[in-house]
Amino acid sequence: MNKVIFNEAFCKGCQLCIDVCPKKILALDTEKVNAKGYNPISCTDMSACTACSICARVCPDSVISVERG
Amino acid sequence: MANIVYEKSRGLTDTPFTYCPGCSHGTIHKLIAESLVELDVLDKSIAIAPVGCSVLAYEFFNCDAIQAAHGRAPAVATGIKRVEPDKIVFTYQGDGDLASIGTAEIIHAAHRGENFTVIFVNNGIYGMTGGQMAPTTLINQKTSTSPYGRQESTTGKPLLVSEMMAQIPSATYIERVSVHDIRHITQAKKAIKKAFEYQIANKGFSMVEVIADCPVGWNMTPVDARKTIADAMIPYYPLGVYKDAGGEA
Amino acid sequence: MKVLMKGNIALSEAAIQAGCTAFFGYPITPQNEIPEYMSAKMEPAGGVFIQAESEVGAINMVYGAAAAGARTMTTSSSPGMALKQEGISYLCGANLPCVIVNVARCGPGLGGILPGQSDYFQATRGGGNGDYYTPVYAPSTVQECWDLVFHSFDIADKYRTPVMILLDGMLGQMMEPVETKVHPRLNVDKPWATNGNAASRPRNAITSLSLFGEVLEAMNLERFKVYEEIAKKEVMVENTVKDGDTVAIVAYGAPSRIVVNAIDELKEEGINAGLIRPITLWPYPGDIFLNLPSSVNHILVAELSMGQMVEDVRLAVNGKYPVHFYGRTGGVVFEPIEIANKVREILGKPTKEIESKIESKTATQDENLRGGI
Repeated sequence: MNKVIFNEAFCKGCQLCIDVCPKKILALDTEKVNAKGYNPISCTDMSACTACSICARVCPDSVISVERG
Repeated sequence: MANIVYEKSRGLTDTPFTYCPGCSHGTIHKLIAESLVELDVLDKSIAIAPVGCSVLAYEFFNCDAIQAAHGRAPAVATGIKRVEPDKIVFTYQGDGDLASIGTAEIIHAAHRGENFTVIFVNNGIYGMTGGQMAPTTLINQKTSTSPYGRQESTTGKPLLVSEMMAQIPSATYIERVSVHDIRHITQAKKAIKKAFEYQIANKGFSMVEVIADCPVGWNMTPVDARKTIADAMIPYYPLGVYKDAGGEA
Repeated sequence: MKVLMKGNIALSEAAIQAGCTAFFGYPITPQNEIPEYMSAKMEPAGGVFIQAESEVGAINMVYGAAAAGARTMTTSSSPGMALKQEGISYLCGANLPCVIVNVARCGPGLGGILPGQSDYFQATRGGGNGDYYTPVYAPSTVQECWDLVFHSFDIADKYRTPVMILLDGMLGQMMEPVETKVHPRLNVDKPWATNGNAASRPRNAITSLSLFGEVLEAMNLERFKVYEEIAKKEVMVENTVKDGDTVAIVAYGAPSRIVVNAIDELKEEGINAGLIRPITLWPYPGDIFLNLPSSVNHILVAELSMGQMVEDVRLAVNGKYPVHFYGRTGGVVFEPIEIANKVREILGKPTKEIESKIESKTATQDENLRGGI
């Protein structure tokens, strides 16, 4: 299965990845707050991920790694 | 076994960026770091950080790095590159640094045809000091020192740096790119990598102007700021190659 | 063998012989012979010469070359030195070694191209922003110009600090025979250099910045420990004051040689005076004033300024002696008789008439301009 992995501690909740995800499967996790004080990014449906990696390339803070599996 | 499609570049240190959420600086840092790694020159690279939001860039690039006085990065780069001509030297400068206080230094580095690379980040504002007007601020754009919007009658028109630099006889490669969407990020990476390839091939002075945003200074969300690059910045700052005297890299 | 050369040429050739591999300059009178000489000699010697776009550019090129670990130098004259202050502050903040020469003229503003010593405060107080000093050497002969260049590069490397050589245009332009001895070089490792060798060591970063108060304070305290060591070990002074002298005259640089003539003139009429000539202006040789012979009753400071070093003398003397001052400015150089007269005046003796063109010089601005800038 394709996978996006988040380094949540680095996330600033800017939502650029949410905007560019073609599958619209990214969302801020409003249940969590990281040490920086932001709701970090999360994936709502990993099975839909195509590993296109646009989210990771757009992320300014290198929060996202992508694996094709 | 899982195949890694994308991960953080080892051209960056583990230090988290100090930039505001969604700021283009992070995106541009990544493109530089990836280019240096892909060209296998990271270990012999020397980064010069400016004064401005990217003043701490010397903590982010995973290579030797030095912090320069405001606007003076091209002079510092000159000093380093001339005594270490086989190393890869680049300056990372904002529009306040390069297009205002550092105009003499950037013009004369190009004028001498210095063989280093300049990454010029143009977001039309002084971000670090609180969003003041820059020479690159758009007409009618409100900033903390143009609270009624920039007026041409008293502050002139925004400075077109790439167009100006392309007129310098000894400049080799000048391109303006943007990082507001994935297509443009890909193009920006190509330009940055090409600028470093030119330096490796001793082709002389290269500058890549990257049209960027400042969500906090522009008073909008990161998503809106990236759209504003396309809607407001690029119409005034046309993208493209302004000079390429280097032939094929 | 001695070679006849100008002060400016001695400074230049000595720098090359001392291993300077990167020189960055900008035209300004009266130091132009230095960049001119370097433009001809640096490349053949395997070094770098750049005529920068400005003094600001030049000092920042020095910052880069010093960061990369090279022995590097820039030279200028007073108004140009004012422009370099930003860079010098950064060099100190980042602990980078280099040599900076000021062949001083008179000021303020554009002033004139004639010799002056009115950059003393700028040189010795840290002319830019922040808490810092640079060691400052003041040669009085062309030979000393030669020798102090070698010493300055060593001190810069040893303590990781910019070092300044301060002379006036008179000495820069003066020709004298010089023993062109190549002094052995102090070789100092520079493991901190940002020279792009991160393949063989952890990466290096050079900065004068810290946004954390305690960190920046610690950096400053560390630097002042170095300053303390410099002050303890590196003071240089020439002292000819001996038992029986009633006046100690303090002067530095080329004008100290005029004072020597005044002392000879006074001796003929039975007035005994000696010279204290600081060679380091920072650290200042203040201790010398605490151990003067008991015969000394007065201190006279002679400078080509309105009185700058005199403040360091007053600080050192701390009220122990009356401290008098004699100075000329605008590029006017005092003659021995003027110094001798000041001593006579201090001692309550009749002064001698000065035969000089000085009184007739009521030149208008226009007439001054005809002299050239």
